[in-house]
Amino acid sequence: MSAIDYNKCHITFCAAPSKKSQSLAASKENSQPKAQQPPKYKSPLERRLESTTEPRWVRYLLTFLALGFLFLFLVLPLIFVFAHAFNAGWKVYWAALVEPDTLSAIRLTLLATLIAVPLNVLFGICAAWCIAKFNFPGKGILVTIIDLPFAISPVIAGMLFVFMFGAGTFLGDLFNSWNIKIIFAVPGIVIATMFVTMPFVAKELIPVMQAQGSDEEMAARVLGANGWQMFMRVTLPNIKWGLLYGIILCNARAVGEFGAVAVVSGQIRGRTTTVPLHIEQLYNEIDPITGVTAAFAVASLLTMLALVTLVLKTIVEMKTEIK
Amino acid sequence: MRPEFEGWCGAGLSNYEVLIMKKLLSLSCLIMATLAVALGCNPPTPELLNVSYDPTRELYKDVNEHFEKYYLEKHGTPIKVNQSHGGSGAQSSSVINGLEADVVTLALAYDIDAIIENTKPAIIEKDWQKRLPNNSCPYTSTVVFLVRKGNPKNIKDWDDLIDRDDVQIITPNPKTSGGARWNFLAVYGYVLDKEFEGGLDAYTAALTDPAQADKVAAAQEKANEAMAKMFNQKKVPVMDKGARGATNTFVVNQKGDVLLAWENEALLYMQNSPDADIEIVVPSISIVAEPPVSIVDANVDKKGTRAMAQEYLEYLYEPEAQEVIAHNFYRPSDESVMEKNKERFPELRLFKIDDVFGGWEKSQKDFFNDKALFDQIMK
Amino acid sequence: MARKRRRHHVLPGFGLTLGFTTFYLSVLTVIPLALLFLRFSGVSWADFKETIFEPRVLAAFRLTFGASFLAALTNAVFGFLVAWVLVRYSFRGKRVIDAIVDLPFALPTAVSGITLTALYAPTGWIGRYLPFEVSYTAIGIYIALTFIGLPFVVRAMQPALEEVDKELEEVSASLGATRWQTFWKVIFPTVAPSLLAGFTMAFARAIGEYGSVVFIAGNMQGKTEILPLIIFYKLGEHDYTGATTVAVSMLVASFALLFFINMIQLWGSRYKDEEN
Repeated sequence: MSAIDYNKCHITFCAAPSKKSQSLAASKENSQPKAQQPPKYKSPLERRLESTTEPRWVRYLLTFLALGFLFLFLVLPLIFVFAHAFNAGWKVYWAALVEPDTLSAIRLTLLATLIAVPLNVLFGICAAWCIAKFNFPGKGILVTIIDLPFAISPVIAGMLFVFMFGAGTFLGDLFNSWNIKIIFAVPGIVIATMFVTMPFVAKELIPVMQAQGSDEEMAARVLGANGWQMFMRVTLPNIKWGLLYGIILCNARAVGEFGAVAVVSGQIRGRTTTVPLHIEQLYNEIDPITGVTAAFAVASLLTMLALVTLVLKTIVEMKTEIK
Repeated sequence: MRPEFEGWCGAGLSNYEVLIMKKLLSLSCLIMATLAVALGCNPPTPELLNVSYDPTRELYKDVNEHFEKYYLEKHGTPIKVNQSHGGSGAQSSSVINGLEADVVTLALAYDIDAIIENTKPAIIEKDWQKRLPNNSCPYTSTVVFLVRKGNPKNIKDWDDLIDRDDVQIITPNPKTSGGARWNFLAVYGYVLDKEFEGGLDAYTAALTDPAQADKVAAAQEKANEAMAKMFNQKKVPVMDKGARGATNTFVVNQKGDVLLAWENEALLYMQNSPDADIEIVVPSISIVAEPPVSIVDANVDKKGTRAMAQEYLEYLYEPEAQEVIAHNFYRPSDESVMEKNKERFPELRLFKIDDVFGGWEKSQKDFFNDKALFDQIMK
Repeated sequence: MARKRRRHHVLPGFGLTLGFTTFYLSVLTVIPLALLFLRFSGVSWADFKETIFEPRVLAAFRLTFGASFLAALTNAVFGFLVAWVLVRYSFRGKRVIDAIVDLPFALPTAVSGITLTALYAPTGWIGRYLPFEVSYTAIGIYIALTFIGLPFVVRAMQPALEEVDKELEEVSASLGATRWQTFWKVIFPTVAPSLLAGFTMAFARAIGEYGSVVFIAGNMQGKTEILPLIIFYKLGEHDYTGATTVAVSMLVASFALLFFINMIQLWGSRYKDEEN
C-alpha cells in the first residue's frame, strides 16, 4: 500500500511539479548545506532543480519586472480611483452617492443585472446540459454562436438592437402598436446587458459538465430519481463551483456594461441611465472639477464591486483546487 | 472505491446545502418579481420627456423645477419633466429611432430637420420653426474664448487663433457637436467680415447681387484658406464628442491654450468656480447661436400630452422662464428681460446664420456633410 | 482520461434544453445579426466602397487594428512574463497578485476609461513624469487596450505553463542544453499555441473595445478615432448605411479572429491527444 502511494506521489511529482513541491525544494536549496544531506535522497532533486529553474538573479529580475508592470498597470489605477474619489473629502463623496440620480442609476443597474444574470444562468445550464451530455448534428455551430457576443464590439451589440427594435423597423412598430417600449427604455437596457453577458455561464459550465461525464446522472436515473431530483442532487452539486464562477463573471460584466447600453439607453436622467452611464454624465458636468470628483466617487463604488468580484473569484478558485 | 461512492452520492452536497440553494433561488425570484411589479406600475403623475443637448443640463434642471411649480399652481395637478442629454446629433438620432420625446430642444435647427427627414411619416411637422416666436428659439447664445488665467498667450481675437502657430485650440468635433458647428461658423463669419470690403453687412447684401459674385467667391476662398489654417492637427490636438468633453479636456486635463465655448457654458463656469485658473476673452465678432425647440407631434399625439408639451414650450417664453434663462447665462429672447439682465452678458457684434450662410440646410451642405469643406480641410 | 462517447438516451431533458438554448440564441443573437446582415445586403457596392475608403474610416481601421495589434503584442510579452512568474516562482502575496490580474476584466470599462485618462493626463500621477503626451493621443488608446487585454494572455498561459512536462526540461538539461536553450527550444514551443490563443483573444477584445478608449482617445478626426466610435458617430449623423457597413466589416474581422482562436484550440487539443 505504502509503496504504491510513494510511487504515485513520485509520478505526479515528476509530471507536474506543484507549487508546493517547488517551494519545498526552494527552501531546501536555500537552507541546507549539501554535505549534511544523505546524497542518495537529495542529489537528484537538487540537480533537477538546477536544471529546471533559472539562476536566482534571473528569478528576482523577472519577478520584479512582472510585479512592477502589474503595479504600474493595475494597482496604481486602483489606488487612483479612491484617491480621486475622496480628494474633496467624505462629505462630497457621500453627497455624490446619495444624489437621487445616482440612486436611481444604481436601482436600474441592479434591476438589469437581476433580470439578465438569472436568465443567462438558466440559459447557461440548458446550453451546457445539451452540449456536454448529448451528441447532435450542428453542435459545433451552436457552440460558435454562444461565443459570438465575445467577438462583437459592445457598440455594435447596441446597434443590433436599435436596428431590430428601432422605430420604423417591423418589430419596433409592432411593439409600438402594443404600446411596449423596448429601445430607449428599461427592456432595451436589459436585452443589451443579456446579450453581452450571455456566454459567460455557458462557457464555464460546458467544460465542467463534459469533464464530469454522465455516469453519475445515469446511475441516479437507474436508481429511480426523476429528472429534477437528478439535477438538484447530482448535477448541481457537481457543477456548483463552475456555476458560481460563471455567475460571478456574468455579474461583473452586467453591472459594468457601457458601450452597448449607451447606444440603447436614450440617456433619460433618473429613468434610463445605468451606473456606468451616470459616471459618464457626471464626468461631463459643467463644473468639471466637482463633476469629475463625483464621477470618481460613483466609480469607486463599482471599483469596490470589482474587488469583491475578484475576492469571490479567488475563493471559488481555491475551493475548486482543493476539490 | 470510497471517493467515487461519495461522488455519486452528491459530491459532498448535504441536504442543508440543497435547501440553501433552493432558498436563494426563490429569494432571487421574489426580488425579481417585486422589482418587476414596482417598475411595472405607471407613476400617476403625467410626464413629459425633453430630449436636449449637453450644455443645457443646468438650464433645464432649473426651468423644469419652475415649470412644475407653475403648472401645479395653474392646474392643480402635478407634472414631471424628464430630461435626456447628449450630443445634439446623437440625441436627434435617438428620437428618429424611437426615443419618445415630447419636446426636443436641440443645439441647432438642422438636427430637428434631420428628424423630419429621417422618419416616415415625419414625426414633426415641416413648419415647426414658425410655430413659436423668434424662429422657435426662446434663448440664444454665442461663441466666446476661455483662456488660462492672465491670458499668457495674449489671445485677443480670432486672428490669434487662425494665424499663430503657438496657440493650441480646443473645440469639440463639428461632426458630432452642435456647439462646434457654431464655433466653425463663427470663425468663418469673422474672416468674411475682415476680407469683404464693407464688412459682413455688405457681404450679406452682396450675396443676392450677381454683379458681386466674384468678390463674394474671393472672400469665401480666403475664409476657406483660413479654416484650413486653423483646423489642422497641430493646432487642434483634441476633438471631443461634445462641448462638455471639450471643457473637461481644457479645464481639468489642462490641455490647449484656448477653448472655444458656448457663452453660457463659459459664464456659468466662471460663476461656479470664480477662483479657477481661467478667464473669458470676448472676440470682436461672433455668431448668434440659436438652439431651437419643438414639439414632436407624433409622440405627443400618441401619448396624449400635446397640451402639456405645448404649454411647456410656451412657458419658456414667459417672463418668469426668461428670467431663469438669463440667470443661466442664455440670452433671453424677451427684450425687456434681456435689457434687465444686460450686465450679465458681454457686448460684441453678432451675426446670424440665416443672413450670412443662408440657413442651416445650406451650411450643413457647404461645410459639414461628408466630403464638404470640413472633411476636405481635415484630410 | 478521455471518455468514450456513448449514447445517452437514459438522460432526460435533451429536447427541452436544446429547444430553450436554440430559442434563446435565436432571439438574442441570430435574429439581430441576421437583421444587420439583411440591412447590409441592401447596401450598394458604391456605397460600401465610399464608406470604407473614406479617409477618416480608413484611418480608424488602421488605428484600431494597429493599436490593438501592438497592445496584444505587449500583452503577449508581459502576460507571458506575469504568467511565468506566477506559475514558476513563489513569493509572498502571490494569491493577491494572481487575483488582481483579472481587475481589467472585473472593472467596468467606463471606470477604466476615466481612470486611465486622469492618470495619464499631463497633470496626472503618471502623465506628469512622462516626456511625451499619452492622454488624447494614439498612445493613450494603446495603453487602454493593453490594460483591458492583459488578463486574456495571462489566463491562457497559466494552465499551459503548469502543464509543461518537467521531465522534458530535465532531459534537455541532461543533454547539455543551457537554461535559455531549454526555454527557447523546449518550453516555448509547447506553450506557443496557448500564447497565440491568448494573443488573439486580447487582439479580438481590443478591436471592439469602446468604453475604456473613448475617454482617453481625444477622438481627433482621422487621427485618434477608433472604429466603434466611427459607428457611434455615423449613427449620430443619421448615416445608417455607413454605420452598417463599418459594423459588418468589423464583425467579419472579429469572426475571422474567433474562428482562428477555435482553430488554435483545436490544434492544441489534438497535439495533447496525440501525446496521450
